[in-house]
Amino acid sequence: MMQFQLTPEQAALKDSVARFVQREYGFEHRTALLRSAEGFSRAHWTAFAELGWLGAGLSEDKGGYGGGTVENALILEELARGLVLEPILACAVGALQLLAALPPSETVEALIAQIVGGETIAVLAHGEVDDRLAARAEPSPEGWRLRGGKRFVLSGAAADLFLVTATTPDGAIGVFSVARGAPGLTITDYRAVDGRRVCDLAFEDLLLPADARLSSDSDASPAVETALDHLTIGLCAEALGAMDTALWLTRDYLKTRKQFGVTLNTFQALQHRMADMLVETELARSMLLYGVAALSEPDALKRAKAVSAAKAQIGEAGYFVCADAIQLHGGIGVTEEYAVGHFYKRLVLVRNLLGHTDEHLARFARLSRGGNERTLG
Amino acid sequence: MDIELSPDDEAFRQEVRAFIRAHLPPELARRGREGYHSHPDAVRRWTRILNAQGWAAFHWPKQHGGVDWSPLQRHLFDIELRAAGAPLLQQTGFELVGPVLYTFGTEAQQARYLPAIRNADEFWCQGFSEPNSGSDLASLKTRAVRDGDVYVVNGQKTWTSEGHKAQMMFALVRTDAEAKPQAGISFLLIDMASPGVTVRPIYTLDEGLSVNEVFFDEVRVPAENLVGEENRGWSYAKFLLTNERAMSAETPHTRADLEQLRDLAARELRHGRPILDDPLFAAKLARFEVDLMALEAAVLRVLHMAEDDPALTSVASVLKLRGAELRQRVADLAVEALGDIGLAVYPDEGAPRVDPATPKPPAPDHAAGWLAKATFRRATTIYGGANEIQRNIIAKAVLGL
Repeated sequence: MMQFQLTPEQAALKDSVARFVQREYGFEHRTALLRSAEGFSRAHWTAFAELGWLGAGLSEDKGGYGGGTVENALILEELARGLVLEPILACAVGALQLLAALPPSETVEALIAQIVGGETIAVLAHGEVDDRLAARAEPSPEGWRLRGGKRFVLSGAAADLFLVTATTPDGAIGVFSVARGAPGLTITDYRAVDGRRVCDLAFEDLLLPADARLSSDSDASPAVETALDHLTIGLCAEALGAMDTALWLTRDYLKTRKQFGVTLNTFQALQHRMADMLVETELARSMLLYGVAALSEPDALKRAKAVSAAKAQIGEAGYFVCADAIQLHGGIGVTEEYAVGHFYKRLVLVRNLLGHTDEHLARFARLSRGGNERTLG
Repeated sequence: MDIELSPDDEAFRQEVRAFIRAHLPPELARRGREGYHSHPDAVRRWTRILNAQGWAAFHWPKQHGGVDWSPLQRHLFDIELRAAGAPLLQQTGFELVGPVLYTFGTEAQQARYLPAIRNADEFWCQGFSEPNSGSDLASLKTRAVRDGDVYVVNGQKTWTSEGHKAQMMFALVRTDAEAKPQAGISFLLIDMASPGVTVRPIYTLDEGLSVNEVFFDEVRVPAENLVGEENRGWSYAKFLLTNERAMSAETPHTRADLEQLRDLAARELRHGRPILDDPLFAAKLARFEVDLMALEAAVLRVLHMAEDDPALTSVASVLKLRGAELRQRVADLAVEALGDIGLAVYPDEGAPRVDPATPKPPAPDHAAGWLAKATFRRATTIYGGANEIQRNIIAKAVLGL
C-alpha cells in the first residue's frame, strides 16, 4: 500500500534527520570528512545509533525499533540533502535487511543487535566482475573455505564485517560472515565518485568456522534479492534528497546571480529549464512512494518489477536535474569547492550502481512479458 | 568518417599517419588515450617533435611558420593526431592567441611570441572571464590604466585554463570606463611572472586542476604588449571566439572517444556477454556515431566555406552546441558501460589533485580516465560561450528574432 501521509512519529523522525543535516553536516564539515583518513565520522555513527536511526527501518520482532521501509526512505532522503558519507545505506539498509530476511538464528540476531547499536558496521559484499557470482564456498575441516573475490563493496572501507555471498557445492547461494582482518582476506580500498569509500575483496584460502554461514543450509538467493531491492530503493531515496536540494539551490542562485544587468531568474529560457527540473523531481517523489510500497509486496516478481520501474525513472530524473543544476550555475557548478556538483556526483552513482537504467528497463520488460528471472541482465 | 578522399589527400593522410606512428613516443600516446590533461613536459616534447618537422603550427599560414595545407588537410592531420592519442598541443597558443597575433599584432610582437608558441617554449592562458562576467563578458571590470610606457592592471580573472602552467596571458582589460561596455576594452599580453600576479587553483569535479583564478594587484605591463589599438580589444576577442567555437566541436576527439568506447564495450562483459552485443547499448552507440557523422559533415562544410560566408556564424554555434553535448553523452555512456568500476575515482598520477591521498583502484586500464572525463565535461556546455549563449546567437544573429 502506498503511504501518502507520514505518521506523527515518521514526521518527527524526518524532522530530526533534517535538523541533524542542517546543524551538523555543513558543506565544509563534509569536505573535511571527505579528506579524512576514514572518510566519515565515527562520532556521527554513534549518534545515529543513539538516535535510533540504524534500527528505524526494522520491525521489533526482527530486533529493530518497529519501523519499516518508509522510515528507511525518509532517513536516506534527508541525509542525502547533506550528501552524508556515513555508511548508513550499505549497513543499516543493505546488511540489516539481508540479515532480517535470513532464517532466524542466535548468530543473526546477535549481529542485528550489534548493528542497530552501532557497535558493528557490516555491509553486503555481493557484486563481482561481470555481475556473475563466481565466489565459491567449499566445506573444509574447520567449516568453510572461501575462494574468489568481490568488487565495489559500497562503504566497504568502513566495514568491520562483510556479509559475503558465495555459491556452495550444492548450488545454493550462501551468506558468510567475514570479519575484517580474517587471515586470507585482502581488502583494497578506493573511492567512489560520490566520495564514499568502497573496496574490493580477495579471498585466498580464507578459512571460516561452520557457523560463519549465516544462511544455515537454505538457499539465500531470496534474501539477497530482497536486500538488493532495499538497497536499490535506498539509492532512489538518496536521489530524491539530492535532486530536490540541487533544484532549490539552483533556484536561489538564479535569483542572486546577475548577468547583463539583471538576475538570471528573469530569463524565461532559464525559468522553463527550472520548471522542467521541478517536473522531474515531482515525478521522482511520486515514483519513490510506489517503490517504497513495493518493498512490502510479498510477490517477489511484482516487487522486482516495481523496483526496476522506480530505479529507471528516478535515476534518470535525478541525473537530469543535477546535470541541469550545474549548467544553470555555470562555471562555479563544475568546481569541487561548490556544493551543486557534488549532488551531481551522487546521482552519477545512483544512476549507474546496482544496474543502470537500461538494465532495469530490460528487467521490467522481461517481467511484464511474464518472465520469472529476477536477476538483472 | 570514411570520407572519399582525392588521391592527393589520401597520400597526405598516409604520410602524416606514418609520421605520427614513427615519431610519437608510446608513453605519451598511452596517457593521451586515457584522456587526462597532458603534462606540460609531454606537450613540450611532442610540440618540438612536430616543430622540427615544420608541422606544429599547422593551422597557421606559411609566412608565420605554418604549412601550406588545405583546410581539409589540416583537419585530417587533427584527426590523425587524436586517433593516435598524441598530447593535445596548447590550444591557447596555436588556435587562440596565435591567429590574433599574426592578424592584428605588430611585427615585433609576432617575432617575439610566435616562434615561442611553435616550439612550446611558452604556454599561454586566456584571461577573459571574471567572477561577475561570464556569459556577459563585455561587463568585465579588470582595469588597465596607462602610466607612461606601461599599463597598470588591477582586477581578477577566473576559469583561467592552464593558468598554473602558463608563462603568458592574453587578457581583456578595461581601458575606458566611460565608453559603452564593448568599446572600452583592450587586448593585453601579460607576463605571468610579473610582480602582483597571483594564481589560485580551482579544482574541478574530476578532482584535478586545470582552471584557476588570477589576481592582478598593480601589475605593470609594458605598453608595447597592447595588441592592435586601444579600446578595440572586443573586436579581436570576437575574432578569437569564432575560432574557438569552430574548433570546439572537437569532432576528432569524439571520434577517438567512440573508437575507445567501442573497444571497451567489446571487452567489458555483463552477464557473460560483451556489452557491445547488448542491443540497447548498440543502439545508443549507433545514435552517437550518427550524431558525430552529422557534426563531421558540418565541420567539413565549414572548412569549405569562404571566410565571409554568412552561414559560418550559425554553423559555428551549431558545432559548439551539439559538439559539446555529444562529448558529455559519450563519456556518460562509457561510465555506464563500465558498470560499478566506472564509478571508481582514478588518481591522475603526478598531476595536482584536490586530495593527493586518493588511492588507485584495482581495475583494468581501459576503465581509467572515463569518470574524470564525464565529470569534467559538464564544463563543455559552459565554457567558450555556454549553450544558452549559442542559442541566443542563433536566435538573434541568424534567425533575426
